[in-house]
Amino acid sequence: MPVDYIPRTRELYNAYSPYRWVENHDTPPWTPLKQPLAESKLALIGSGGVLYRDQPRFHREDASYRRIPRDAVQADLGVWHFGYRTTDAEADHNCVFPLTPLRELAAAGVIGEFADPAYSFMGGVYSARKVREELAPQIADELKRAHVDVFFLVPA
Amino acid sequence: MVEAAGIPTLCMTSALDITRAVNPPRAVFVNFPLGHQTGKPHQPELQRSIVRDALGAFETIARPGTIIELPYVWDANDRRWEETDYTANFLPPRPVKEDADTVEAERRARFTASAGK
Repeated sequence: MPVDYIPRTRELYNAYSPYRWVENHDTPPWTPLKQPLAESKLALIGSGGVLYRDQPRFHREDASYRRIPRDAVQADLGVWHFGYRTTDAEADHNCVFPLTPLRELAAAGVIGEFADPAYSFMGGVYSARKVREELAPQIADELKRAHVDVFFLVPA
Repeated sequence: MVEAAGIPTLCMTSALDITRAVNPPRAVFVNFPLGHQTGKPHQPELQRSIVRDALGAFETIARPGTIIELPYVWDANDRRWEETDYTANFLPPRPVKEDADTVEAERRARFTASAGK
């Protein structure tokens, strides 16, 4: 059975009430794929707080993001996040930031290209406004300039 | 926002109720504990399989707001994690600022020291 995380989150964060969930009742925006996935350039973003080498860590309410080289390996990567159990992600970033699978799927031709860099932020940003008005437009801009065709989001 | 800017998006999730509320254009649900949206540690075949199946949703989802559920099971013999994941005392205590700063300084120093090698 899928876990009901909304009541559990309310309980964990009741000291910070009122915690208002983002709810979107309208039909989501929609852009059809321009070409098959096998011919598409795919970019990854993860909210698991992954950091590359000596990149500065995130802080609370931090809506900034880091560029993670596509070819980064486990020894290059750290995790800074206070909102989930990071033990497994620290041991293997691919649990929340699947660089290795995406490199392999690009090599196998399942996706046309894995865009370099990938993007990382720390999902514990309590201001939906910051994400909407600061983080998302910057990322959208970067993706446009990099001619990315499809965008893969992995929250953590 | 990215979708509205003309780039198709797909969102992984392990929190079905949250994703239903947020209502993204395309989503794929894997019923694993939070922090394992794309698999278990050190299981590259499982990770690749989950990501490959998830990406398939780019081509199969035709209606905005669809969430596809993948059939992966965390542990067929033990579902107790569902009782405890993300409940009280689940998260480790937050480190006091001085400790956090020390950990951060050590992490960054590791790479500063090895720079140029």
